[in-house]
Amino acid sequence: MQISFTLNAKPVTLDVEPATLVTELLREHLNLTGTHIGCDTSQCGACVVHLDGLAVKSCTLLAPALQGKSLVTIEGLQGAPGSNQLHPMQEAFRQHHGLQCGFCTPGMVMSAIALAHAKAALTEAEVRRGLEGNICRCTGYQNIVLAVMAGTAAMHGAGSGE
Amino acid sequence: MGNVIGIGASPRRKEDQRFLTGRGNYVSDIKRPGMAAGVFLRSPHAHALIRGIDKQAALEMPGVIAVLTGEDVAADGLGSLPCGWGITDARGVPMKEPPFPMLAQGKVRFVGDMVAFVIAETVEDASTAAELVKVDYEVLPSVVGVLDAVRPGAPKLFDDVPNNICCDWELGDKAAVDTAFRKAAHVARLSLVNNRLIGNPMEPRAAIAEYNPGTGQHTLWTTSQFPHVVRFLMSALVLKLPEHKVRVVAPDVGGGFGVKQFHYGEEAVITWAAKRVMRPVKWVASRSECYVSDRHGRDHVTEAELALDEKGKFLALRVKTLANMGGYLSTFGPNIPTNLYGPLLSGVYTTPAIYCNVKVVFTNTVPVDAYRGAGRPEATFVLERIVDVAASDMGIDRVELRRRNMIPKEAYPYQTPVLVQYDSGDPIGCLDGALAAADVKWFGTRKAASARSGKFRGLGFSTYVEACGLAPSRFAGRLGARGGLYESATVRVHPAGQVTVLIGTHNHGQGHETTFAQIVSEKLGVAFENVDIVFGDTDRVQFGMGTYGSRSLVVGGAALSKAADKVIVKGKKIAAHLLEASEADIHFEAGKFSVAGTDRAKTLGEIAVAAYVPHNYPLEVLEPGLEEQAYYDPVNFTYPGGCHIAEVEIDPETGAVTLVDYTAVDDVGTVINPMIVEGQLHGGIVQGVGQALYENAVYDESSGQLMSGSLMDYCMPRADHLPMMKVATHSTLCTHTPMGVKGCGEVGTIGSPAAVINAVVDALAHLGVTHVDMPATPNRIWRLIQNASLPIAAE
Repeated sequence: MQISFTLNAKPVTLDVEPATLVTELLREHLNLTGTHIGCDTSQCGACVVHLDGLAVKSCTLLAPALQGKSLVTIEGLQGAPGSNQLHPMQEAFRQHHGLQCGFCTPGMVMSAIALAHAKAALTEAEVRRGLEGNICRCTGYQNIVLAVMAGTAAMHGAGSGE
Repeated sequence: MGNVIGIGASPRRKEDQRFLTGRGNYVSDIKRPGMAAGVFLRSPHAHALIRGIDKQAALEMPGVIAVLTGEDVAADGLGSLPCGWGITDARGVPMKEPPFPMLAQGKVRFVGDMVAFVIAETVEDASTAAELVKVDYEVLPSVVGVLDAVRPGAPKLFDDVPNNICCDWELGDKAAVDTAFRKAAHVARLSLVNNRLIGNPMEPRAAIAEYNPGTGQHTLWTTSQFPHVVRFLMSALVLKLPEHKVRVVAPDVGGGFGVKQFHYGEEAVITWAAKRVMRPVKWVASRSECYVSDRHGRDHVTEAELALDEKGKFLALRVKTLANMGGYLSTFGPNIPTNLYGPLLSGVYTTPAIYCNVKVVFTNTVPVDAYRGAGRPEATFVLERIVDVAASDMGIDRVELRRRNMIPKEAYPYQTPVLVQYDSGDPIGCLDGALAAADVKWFGTRKAASARSGKFRGLGFSTYVEACGLAPSRFAGRLGARGGLYESATVRVHPAGQVTVLIGTHNHGQGHETTFAQIVSEKLGVAFENVDIVFGDTDRVQFGMGTYGSRSLVVGGAALSKAADKVIVKGKKIAAHLLEASEADIHFEAGKFSVAGTDRAKTLGEIAVAAYVPHNYPLEVLEPGLEEQAYYDPVNFTYPGGCHIAEVEIDPETGAVTLVDYTAVDDVGTVINPMIVEGQLHGGIVQGVGQALYENAVYDESSGQLMSGSLMDYCMPRADHLPMMKVATHSTLCTHTPMGVKGCGEVGTIGSPAAVINAVVDALAHLGVTHVDMPATPNRIWRLIQNASLPIAAE
C-alpha cells in the first residue's frame, strides 16, 4: 500500500507492506539507523520517535499508522532551524555526560524532548517517572536525569525548533 | 588551533556527537551487498539427545539458501569453542574440559543451545524455515541448580564428568585456618546465594560475515569487546583458518559488561557459513534470544565462617562455594569463580589465614562467565556480609569492627594470605570519607522520622578491594591462563602533526576516545581535537586483548603512554640534528623540543615534517617517519578499593525496598577524566543495586526453562528506582602503572550489592532478620516481615 507522511520535515510517499513495523521501515528501507531496537517486548525504549510531537515506541507501530502524520527521528533533530547545531536536549546530554555506549541514547533523547514539551519545568521525580519507559544499562540514570532537567530549561529558556 | 586538554580535565566526549545524532555505527546498522539473513534454531529442551534432524521441508521453502547443523560442522572437521583458562584441583589434576561444539553434536545441554543455522533471503524466511526444521529430541532429565547437580544420582551432562564437577579447586592454607578456628573466641557463620544475573547490554549481540573468493579473506563484524582475541581463537582453534586471512571488526558496540568478551559459537558458525553459501550473512539476536544465549553471571551457593578473637580481630576465614558453570565452559568460565574470587577474600582486612574451596559445577543452564566485576562482587558479598553477621553476633559496632581489622595505609605494600600483594591503598581514609559524606551521624534521626511514617530504615556498609588491570601475563599463566594479557598501542604522528592512536582495547561506552586523547594531548602537547583513537578492527590495529577486567586504561593506557614516550625519544634525535645540538641537551615540554638553556626550539609539528620529508635528516642513523608502537605487560594487578554506604527504607505493608541514599568513596588511583570516572561509578553502582534489589535469572527446576526470559520478567533498574548518588574519589597512586592509574570500570558493581543488602538487613534487624538473599524483592521482604511477626504455631 502507499503511504504519505512527513519525515524529519520532508514529505515522503512510499509503497510499504501493511505489516511493516516503523522500526523496520526506518532502519531497513530508509537507512535511518539512529532509531535502535533493543528488545522485543516494547520495554527498552531505544526505538522512541515522535509522531505528531508525541513520543512513541516505533517497534510497536505499523507503517500505515504514519499516513498523514509527522514523524521525527533522532536524525531530524537540530538546534536553530537550518543550523548544524545540536538540539538543546542533545547538547544537554553531551554537557552532562548523559550517555555512555550510545545505544539507548536516541530513544532517551526523543523521550526527554517529549517530556520537556509537555511541561516547562520538570522536577527530578517527574523526570525519573517520565523516563520509566527507557532503559539505560550504562549510566545509572543520574546524569541522564540531570541532562533532561537542564535540557528542558534550555528548551524553554532559549527557544528552539524541532 | 585548539588546546591541550590533559590529565585531570573533563572535556566533553569526542564520541558523543555521533551517538547523539543517530550516526553511531553498530553491527546491526551495517548492510553488505547481496546480504542474506541467518537465524539460529535453538534447543527448547534443557537436556536432550538429538536422534535426527530433518532439514527437507525447510530447504524446500522458497528463499531458503542453507540449513547447517552439527553434522555439517563435523563433516568439515571443525574444532569446538576453546576455554581460555585451564584450572587444576588441589592435587594438580586438570579440570574436566568437555568439548563445546559450535552447533550441537548429538546432544543439547541447555535451553538455547544451538542446533541449526538457517540462511535465507530475508529474516522472515529464515525464521519460518527454522520452524520447519524437524529435530527428533529424546528429552532427558535435567538439573539447573548446583546443589542438585552434585547430589548422587543427579542427571549427568557429560558421561566422563562424575557428579557434574568440572573442578574441585582450592586456595589457601587449610591447616592454618583449622588451627585458627580452634583458637577462636567466636565463629560467625553464614550461608548465602549469589543470584544468577543476565548482563543485558542494551545492544543485542549481532554478527555479519563475508567471504571474498578473490582474496580468500574472511571478514566478521561482531559485537565484541575483543576482536583480536575472537580472530585468534576462531581462526586458530575453531575454523582452522590462517589468521592473516581473517579480519574481525567490532565497530560501535552498545555496551558489553563482560557479556561481549567471549568467543561465541554464533561468530564461528556465521563466518564458516558465509563461505559455504558465498554470500554475506547477517544475524541479529532478538532480546529473547540474548536471554538464552548471552553468557550469564554469578550463581554461587556459599557457606562462610569467620573466626574472631575476643576483641573482634579476624583470625581466619573459611569459604566453601558451589559455582554454576552452566552447560559448557565458556571463554573465561572456570577462571571467574576461582582465580577472580578466592584471592579477593582478604578484602581490606588483615585476616592472617584464609581457605577457599570452590566446586565448579556443570548444569543444564546457559554457560556462566564474566559479568561486570566477575568473581570480585561475589567475594566482596561473602566477606562484607559475614563481617556484619560477626558484628551483630558479638555486639560490636559494624564500622568499629571493620576499622579494627583494616590494613593501615602504612602497611602497603601488603601481602595477603591468598596470592596477591596489594601495592597501595587507604581503606580507613575511604571509610572516613564515606562516613562523612553519607552523614552517618544523623542516621538515627532519619530512622526515627521513617518510623513515624511506619517505615523501617536501614544503613549498610561495604568496603572492598578488587584486583583488576588484567593482567600480568606470567602470573596469570601460573594460574591457568592460556593467553597473554598485555596490551598494545601505536602512536602515529602525521606529517602535519595530528595524531592517530591505534589501540587494542575496545571502547563500548567507557569514553576511551576522550580519555586516551587526553593522555596523548598532555604527553605530546598536541591539541585534544587533533588526536583520534582507532580501535576495534584487526586490519587497522596491530594487536590487542580488548576491554574487560578494568584493564583498558591500566594496561592499554600504559602501552599508549610508552608509545608516546618513544615518539618523544625519536623526536629528540631529530631535534638534535635540526638544532645542531647534542641529543642529551634536548628537552621536550608542552609540544616543543628545545636546547637546554637557549630559546632554540622545534615544535612537534616541525619535527614531524622533517621526519616525513627527510631532506635535512640523519638518514644514516635514523629511519624516516614518526610512528611508534609499544606493548605493555603489567607487573602486578591493580587494586582499586573503597567504601560504599547505602541507606534504604522499607514499607512493611508491601515489602518494597526503596534505596533512598547512596554514597561511594573509591580509590581508583590517578583520575584522567573525572566526569567519565563519575559516570563509570554511577553505572557500576546501579548494576550492583540491580543485583541486590531487582535482577534474578530464574530457571524452572523441573523443566530447565528460563522463567525470566525477557525484559518483562527480568527486572532491570529504571530511572525511578534510584536516588541521586554521591560519589567521590579518595585516591592513592598505583605504584607500578606508568600514570598511577588503577581502573574504575567495575568498582561500583563490586561494592554495591553488599552495601545494599547490609542496609536491608539493618532495617529488619529488630525483627530478628540476620540475612536476606538477593534480590530483596517486595515478595521476599514481605514474607520475612510476615514470618517474623506471626504469632507462634498457629497451625
